Amino acid sequence: MPEAVFPEGTQLLEVIVPARKLFSLAERLKSDPILAFDYLISQTAVDFTTKFTVVCHLDSVKFRHMLVLKTELTDRENPVVDSLTALYPTAEFFEREIFDLFGIRFNNHPNLKRLFLEDDYGFPLRKDFRDEINIIER
Amino acid sequence: MGVIKSMKDEDFGDNESLELLKTSGNNFFLTSIDSLLNWGRSNSVWPLTFATSCCGIEMMAAGASRHDFARFGIEVYRASPRQADVIVVAGTIVHKMVPILKRLYDQMPDPKYVIAMGACAVSGGPFFYNSYSVVRGVDHVIPVDVYIPGCPPRPEALLYGVMQLQRKIKGESFTNPADQTDRLL
Repeated sequence: MPEAVFPEGTQLLEVIVPARKLFSLAERLKSDPILAFDYLISQTAVDFTTKFTVVCHLDSVKFRHMLVLKTELTDRENPVVDSLTALYPTAEFFEREIFDLFGIRFNNHPNLKRLFLEDDYGFPLRKDFRDEINIIER
Repeated sequence: MGVIKSMKDEDFGDNESLELLKTSGNNFFLTSIDSLLNWGRSNSVWPLTFATSCCGIEMMAAGASRHDFARFGIEVYRASPRQADVIVVAGTIVHKMVPILKRLYDQMPDPKYVIAMGACAVSGGPFFYNSYSVVRGVDHVIPVDVYIPGCPPRPEALLYGVMQLQRKIKGESFTNPADQTDRLL
């Protein structure tokens, strides 16, 4: 996969791939018998104001090795990435939480609706989220 | 002999405020009923099983054998608010929890008391009070009788808070009960 970037000096091995390649790479990582990344430990997102980064921690129960799979989304208005639910059923709730708090949408997700907050609430973990009632700006 | 049996008056740190609790002047007959009622109420304060975060672990530790607050009569955790006398708000209250907490409080029979345990229940917490989701202190929702600071408070601090509550109950009067309207927010 030529587009993949491997940052150096990280605690765990990291791979940054374009959003359109995320699902196919995860599929290969899971199905390859010598990699066997069969466990999605966590899936979350980070808002760097210029981009969103979706972070997936993969683990192999068989070999006990870990990999951090990242993808960067530069479109703030309409951030979209493929869902990993077909590979890892646990991703359904991780992705619903990311959608709830960051507003990142996931293609092919079976039940993409808000997990905690009301439908008309903003996305509170975005850096440009403003809540004048509850948050004091400093 | 102090106001409550389990702790001497001089061991409390705020005895000047005790005079505020003794404002009711009744005749001998009624004060005897008062003292009997208050004796019973203050020595059987049943808490509601309600804990929203790590302070709840400390509250369980206070109930377990080493600290054992059954010694002071707040023994029986009640799973139903209908049977509880005190709600120990042990932990962060978020906005989604507010209607549930309010309903639990409303379902408790009078006389009912509230202990705000820990920094989150007192003021929203040391870390995340400035947040979209956290209520800055449970006294925005229900009236609080005793505040226990700490993050989380040690079981000794919870026991001290419970004894303060017992002392407050001992200061109540049957003929002049705490005005229930000021409990409505």
